[in-house]
Amino acid sequence: MKSYVPNTEKERREMLAEIGMSSMDDLFRDIPEDLKLKRPLDLPEPLSEMELRDLIRGFVYMNEEGGPLFRGAGAYHHYIPSLIPQLAMRSEFYTAYTPYQAEMSQGMLQSLFEYQTVICRLTGLDAANASVYDGATAAAEALLMLRDNKRKKKVLYSAALNPDVITVMHTYAHCAELELVEIPLTDKGVTDISAITANMDGAAGYIGANPNYYGCLEPMADIAEAVHAANGLLVAYVNPISLGALKRPADYGADIAIGDGQTLGLPMAFGGPYVGFMAATQKLMRNLPGRIAGETRDPEGNRVFVLTLQAREQHIRRDKAASNICSNQMLCAIMASMYCCTMGPAGMREVAEQNIAKAHCLADKLTAIEGVKLRWPETPFFNEFVIDVPDAAEIDRALANYSITGGLVLPDGGMLWCATEMNSADEFDLVCDIINDTIHPTGGEE
Amino acid sequence: MRSEYKLIFERSHEGRRAYDLPACDVPSRTDAIPEAMRASSDLKLPELGEVDLVRHYTNLSRRNFGVDNGFYPLGSCTMKYNPKINEELAPAFDDVHPLLAPEMSQGCLALMADMEHMLCEICGMDAFTLQPAAGAHGELTGLMHIRAYHEHRGDTERTTIIVPDAAHGTNPASASMAGFKVKEIKSAPDGGVDLDALRAAVGPDTAGLMLTNPSTLGLFERNIKEIAKIVHEAGGLLYYDGANLNAIMGIVRPGDMGFDVMHINLHKTFSTPHGGGGPGSGPVGVKSHLIPFMPVPRIEEQDGMLVLNYDKPESIGKIKSFYGNFGVIVKAYCYIRSLGGAGLKEASENAVLNANYVMNKLRGIYEIPHDRTCMHECVVTPGELMNYGVNTSDIAKALIDRGYHPPTIYFPLIVHEAMMIEPTESESRETLDEFVEAMKSIAEQVKTDAAAIHAAPVTTPVGRPDEVTAARKPIVKYEEPAEV
Amino acid sequence: MVPNDRKYTRDHEWVMVEGNIAKMGITEHAAEALGDIVYVELPVVGDETVIGESYCVVESVKASSAVYSAVNGTVTEVNEELDAAPEKLNEDAFGNFIAAVEFTEINEDELMDAEAYEKFCEEE
Repeated sequence: MKSYVPNTEKERREMLAEIGMSSMDDLFRDIPEDLKLKRPLDLPEPLSEMELRDLIRGFVYMNEEGGPLFRGAGAYHHYIPSLIPQLAMRSEFYTAYTPYQAEMSQGMLQSLFEYQTVICRLTGLDAANASVYDGATAAAEALLMLRDNKRKKKVLYSAALNPDVITVMHTYAHCAELELVEIPLTDKGVTDISAITANMDGAAGYIGANPNYYGCLEPMADIAEAVHAANGLLVAYVNPISLGALKRPADYGADIAIGDGQTLGLPMAFGGPYVGFMAATQKLMRNLPGRIAGETRDPEGNRVFVLTLQAREQHIRRDKAASNICSNQMLCAIMASMYCCTMGPAGMREVAEQNIAKAHCLADKLTAIEGVKLRWPETPFFNEFVIDVPDAAEIDRALANYSITGGLVLPDGGMLWCATEMNSADEFDLVCDIINDTIHPTGGEE
Repeated sequence: MRSEYKLIFERSHEGRRAYDLPACDVPSRTDAIPEAMRASSDLKLPELGEVDLVRHYTNLSRRNFGVDNGFYPLGSCTMKYNPKINEELAPAFDDVHPLLAPEMSQGCLALMADMEHMLCEICGMDAFTLQPAAGAHGELTGLMHIRAYHEHRGDTERTTIIVPDAAHGTNPASASMAGFKVKEIKSAPDGGVDLDALRAAVGPDTAGLMLTNPSTLGLFERNIKEIAKIVHEAGGLLYYDGANLNAIMGIVRPGDMGFDVMHINLHKTFSTPHGGGGPGSGPVGVKSHLIPFMPVPRIEEQDGMLVLNYDKPESIGKIKSFYGNFGVIVKAYCYIRSLGGAGLKEASENAVLNANYVMNKLRGIYEIPHDRTCMHECVVTPGELMNYGVNTSDIAKALIDRGYHPPTIYFPLIVHEAMMIEPTESESRETLDEFVEAMKSIAEQVKTDAAAIHAAPVTTPVGRPDEVTAARKPIVKYEEPAEV
Repeated sequence: MVPNDRKYTRDHEWVMVEGNIAKMGITEHAAEALGDIVYVELPVVGDETVIGESYCVVESVKASSAVYSAVNGTVTEVNEELDAAPEKLNEDAFGNFIAAVEFTEINEDELMDAEAYEKFCEEE
């Protein structure tokens, strides 16, 4: 049996004797007898390391994966430079906890300060927090920021946010008794600005994605104008890996930028752990939830990093705190920061450009198949796009037969495709052949 | 040795690079994005060669202290050893996309379903969700269940959550975020819930009570049955803050104590690393009457296959993208499977033994405000050492110089100058003995050379930070010096 | 020294009435108890204040404290200097008001004069 307890039975007995006890049971005498569990826990027998390894391998085999992947919709397949997971395994980082004792946690605090700076550089904004759980909870926290800053209980959001983000926002909003108004899309696949304007009365602001859930690039500058004209705040939900090529939130006037940092060096890992980032203008800095690292000095004048602005947080404000967040996704944040610093300005541009090139190449090839249409051909997109096909489920099955994970089948029958730097032109041809054969089974290849 | 360490931005040299990508095998499409949507400049990120990048982070890590470096008795945080095998195995699922068809992700779903069942058995609950990403997130989720429960019964007057004054700050903050009013009740002199205060506090507005048991003082709440009765008879539900679950695995279960809903911190009790402050995982367990309100999707078996069921009309909704911090869940799963039921009980017993062993040895040197058998942690104060002009913070800093991470300090709030020591079962007797010796030597030094204690820490790369300036004039990001 | 030109609450706030305007702040005693004040979460002009309810939060590094209103009314002016220099409350608590309120009600009976307040502090 595996045990991580170093003390031997003999040592335990001696320790018990030293505190005047004769058995382990004595330690638990404060617990009412009738509440105690009178039987062993009914759990599987303990496993050795070797057996555990086999067990986990078994679960891995139960999954069917490994083929080309063309699915995004909130989790993306990007290349992770090998130095990132290896450095993240420095156990001084990963076996530490929140840097409450600054003097012995400078490594983590400085890494966080660097992460915050990276997020500010990506978004163009003034201040970032030390992360929240994921993009969806970042959006929920942003709702509370809007409420507190504008003291209004109505927020607009785009129907083209990721559905998980929308659901999570509604879960939080129900408790905060916020009114959420969904702004529909135009026939171009982007948010209807006239509907934003029409609904802004009494609203604290607007949350919209760019690129949006369907991959489309939104007219963010025009949206900003509409939101600001009504004295609201603009929250931009962005895919950070797009920011090597696309305008940054501050460029188009966003007051808050949020998103999921999974695309920055974190594996898909069946949905987590990822990292939610949040950045804001100087004016909104104190409305950011959770931990923030700051710079200061020690008595000798050395630069020191600390957790700062803590009196905003739950451990001090308790029920008056704007957010309850305590643990966040620190290690993931640092991995995202490592990714951006590894890629540098040129790498971030190149990876974004490759995503644009690959996605457009795939879109061109797919739409060359008779019966496949881009849903919004006039709207620019980043690395995802929606196509309409005769029978999406059938195509999905056909691709699965070749171990290919195709675009996500949408409830309306469309397919949301994604291509990243991980996909190759050969894969595109293979996918297109399969789809062509599926739609035109008599062999009507062009 | 004091030393500043350059920021990665200060190590940048134009043109250096650490990345490489294969040449793009499709035509460039810079034309695809309108100029107005394109960034006008490259991102201002540092440019370093790979070796410099690796050294930067490696050296930064050397300015940090984790459980692998030494004893880390941070109370309420359960800084136990993080098994290496779990770290090695969890990445096996890194390439699994969360939106695969269920037939392609049966392994992940089976592991999660298994985990839910095991947590039910350990805690005596009827169902678990693995979706919450951390303890506070679990609290919020659990409280949402309480809210939904009352709402669905049309019991809309139940707007108040009762929280003891000894509670973690996340408790009142989570209650407030879940839309409840918070009523704080004072603790009894023995550190437990004051039953009279509780009786006076409950009423038709009571939605529930949040309780940590063992309490934040590290003491088992002996009146738990009576507490449960008072709250339930008033129509409220009982929430269990699982932060201190490491004391009771295999010994007593929250479900059997009368709790209706609870969260677990996998990063505390179930050995997953704290990651410097995350990622954690905060699964929430409920009794059967709260199952309809659990977050979607639920993992269910249909025709011999595990599926994700989103069709739960009474669900509170989703509280996170996808299904939780899966990678963390895998590590905790590995931990439970490695130990089995007997191993978990052994862990709890030894955690409690170690805490009592330390408390016993500190008696007479430090003050123990609630001196009775503790559970997995004990709370002590400097007591008369304060007369020498030192406080808890000074003692913490002196511990750093002796090679230890200090205990949690100034918590719980109801104990003046508290030091909350949680050794965990991971520590050997001699580690505990050495720690006690260090605490003794500090107490001696306080009496002979208080100035030296005030100067601590001296062995760290930096001295005590000026937190006032940091908060008054916050600098939260790096700015390149203006060019001359 | 506690100035004579104003009244005091049991929560260590001061209120100075001029016509229908009440200027409010915290006392030196309160500022000392808080330690180094790092931030003042000021109300906004137009906010309604209610007797005994919080209209402002004062933060130190390790604590946050609500500041309670001595009057019912509407905030007409806030001391924006405190935004950039919260330490002014430590340096001169009586010389730096937090907010001025056009009031409709003031509960004189609950307020103390300087002498009574000094005694109150000694007894506390």
